[in-house]
Amino acid sequence: MTYVVWIPFLPLIASIITLLFGRWYIQKRAHWLPCIAVFGSFLLAMKTLIAVIHGARASFDLYSWIIADTFKVGVGFQVDPLSAMMMAMVTCLSFLIHVYSIGYMEDDPGYYRFFAYISLFTFSMLMLVSGNNFLQLFFGWEAVGLCSYLLIGFWYQKKSAADAAKKAFIVNRFGDFGFALGVFLVFLTFGTVYYQPVFEHVHEVAHETIRLFGHDVLLVTLMAVLLFCGSLGKSAQFPLHVWLPDAMEGPTPVSALIHAATMVTAGVFLVCRCHEIFELSNVAMAVVAAAGTFTCFMAATIAPTQFDIKRVIAYSTLSQLGYMFMACGVGAFAAGMFHLFTHAYFKALLFLGAGSVMHAMHHAPDPTDMRYMGGLKKYMPETFWTFLIASLSISGVPGLAGFFSKDEILWSAFASVYPWGKLVWFVGTLVAGLTAFYSFRVVFMTFFGEFRGREVLHGHEPHESPKVMTIPLMILAVGAVVTGWLGVPSALGGSNHFAHFMEPVLGHPHFHLSPALEEHEHLVELLLMGVSTVVGLLGIYIAYVVYCQRPELQRLLPEKCPKLYRYLYRKWYWDEIYLYSIIKPTLFLARGVIQGVLDSACIEGTVNGIPDLIRRGGEGLRKLQNGVVNTYALIMATGAAVVLLLIYLF
Amino acid sequence: MIPISWYLVLSLVLFALGAFGFIARRNVIIMLMCIEIMLNAVNISLVALGRGLEDTAAHLLVFFVIAVAAGEAAIGLALVVLLFKKTREVHMDEFRLLKG
Repeated sequence: MTYVVWIPFLPLIASIITLLFGRWYIQKRAHWLPCIAVFGSFLLAMKTLIAVIHGARASFDLYSWIIADTFKVGVGFQVDPLSAMMMAMVTCLSFLIHVYSIGYMEDDPGYYRFFAYISLFTFSMLMLVSGNNFLQLFFGWEAVGLCSYLLIGFWYQKKSAADAAKKAFIVNRFGDFGFALGVFLVFLTFGTVYYQPVFEHVHEVAHETIRLFGHDVLLVTLMAVLLFCGSLGKSAQFPLHVWLPDAMEGPTPVSALIHAATMVTAGVFLVCRCHEIFELSNVAMAVVAAAGTFTCFMAATIAPTQFDIKRVIAYSTLSQLGYMFMACGVGAFAAGMFHLFTHAYFKALLFLGAGSVMHAMHHAPDPTDMRYMGGLKKYMPETFWTFLIASLSISGVPGLAGFFSKDEILWSAFASVYPWGKLVWFVGTLVAGLTAFYSFRVVFMTFFGEFRGREVLHGHEPHESPKVMTIPLMILAVGAVVTGWLGVPSALGGSNHFAHFMEPVLGHPHFHLSPALEEHEHLVELLLMGVSTVVGLLGIYIAYVVYCQRPELQRLLPEKCPKLYRYLYRKWYWDEIYLYSIIKPTLFLARGVIQGVLDSACIEGTVNGIPDLIRRGGEGLRKLQNGVVNTYALIMATGAAVVLLLIYLF
Repeated sequence: MIPISWYLVLSLVLFALGAFGFIARRNVIIMLMCIEIMLNAVNISLVALGRGLEDTAAHLLVFFVIAVAAGEAAIGLALVVLLFKKTREVHMDEFRLLKG
């Protein structure tokens, strides 16, 4: 199975060559090498996936990275259903988005830089998912963070982009701090950071406690919660969610690949990878479920108030990531991974569709503002149809990918043994309606009605994007439909191949239904599906009424409840809360105390004081050198007299 | 015979006069003269001690010193003349070129 090594390393090689020679030699041909490399990775990943389906497993070290006494860790690869599926998905999406970028990034001065970074990202993400130890996971984790920073700030001349990049990086620092502590704790407990021995021995320490601030805390709880901190940051869950909407400053293909389909799902991947640890601690599971549920609901309430097409989709990403954590929080890890898998396709498609719309609107001062769009259906039919499929899929319309994965999560939550399962199910169903509403709000505002952007386009007509952009859209549209068919539940006569495939790694969710319901298990499942489908369709219908039939209803909320509307429009004021509770005090501490007192007074005082002392001393001594020969003679005579006197006296 | 200590006292008085003059006076000619006085004060003590210790090497040394001092005085006076020609000034406190 050693060919697995080439899956991450092909994009790395392409990235290095493009970065080194791109500026002067490759220039406009910069897309060839990364595209071919990622396509090669994709073929290898498919080969691996097929081998894994036929039962192949592997875990091997390529290279001894660090050997220090008992601490040994290597650059290693683990091939199992989870990593094989992630590798296949990442390479597939990455390839399609590479191709799309050829059209989207055309004529950008940083063309070669873009392809070098996005290839480097692909490498990092593949290292993250394919590692066989926590340290390599951490390496990939930080490397994708770096690429995300580089790509959000890709247009670094724009202040907002540079700020957003910094914000993403710094907010992630908080999460990664916890994650690093978690990895330390794993090493401290087990003496190794390799997955296999850790997960084998974790049951032995299930009841060990550790004293923390005077309380006895279960060791596994602490470990799981610390690891989950990393997930909170990377997957942008409350309270570390604030960076993701701002990350939309980056180029749209980046938003699609990194901030929707792959990198932000790394947190879910981490929880699934470590599910043995999480499952041992009810507290940790509750934390996961609470973070997911809260974010899911919060983001779904913010999305309908935003006018920036990319921000709406970004909040939708937050919300969908919340769904995945909800699934993890009720023990249905396979359902979470399934939603991750389907979400990657339809969300990437939504973003690329939005990118295509922006491409058409690029003469407008703000090409993302939906208030200047409308009626684009007839100008760009291919974008419209693919975008519509993605929206139907995310809204959970039966038969499409989002329907199967979302309903699996809702059913797992409802049937879960965990006491918070019913609450999760309720919020999830509610959010399903909100999701459908805001997704179709985007569709109706962008593609239906009259075109509202004539005056801002200055006579340019919107146009369909080139083939190199629309063909990836069509392929993704196929993905947004058929990926769900891999996990058709038994209630609908399917056999849920996806869950069976993942079972060796992720296990079963634990169900517990009251006996009366258990008899009619399939019936209950079908009923729940019906409920969430009806809620979703209702959301679509409301969006149709508000944004197509009776536009005057749009003013209802802002006029009737201006306070609530403002609260939602300003994103629950999280940015402001953080500004006053964290950023301002930190800046005060940094500028007032550290810089003002410690730096200016102590360090600069010492550094500047010593030369100052020497200079002043010199000034004083200078007065002696008055240039009058008589003075010198006097001083000399006095000196000689003093010396003689001393000799005489002693 | 006059005791050596008297010579030494004379030498001391002369040296003190020369040193005081060199420090206190501003005229460069007088300062040069004061230097000569100090030099000769030392010569006196050298000769006196040479006599007292019965070592003729001291006398030879003194002759040598007088000869060299003559040359040195000539150079010193020549410099003073040049300085005066250039600046019309003989007061040494007016020259502060080496002021720090």
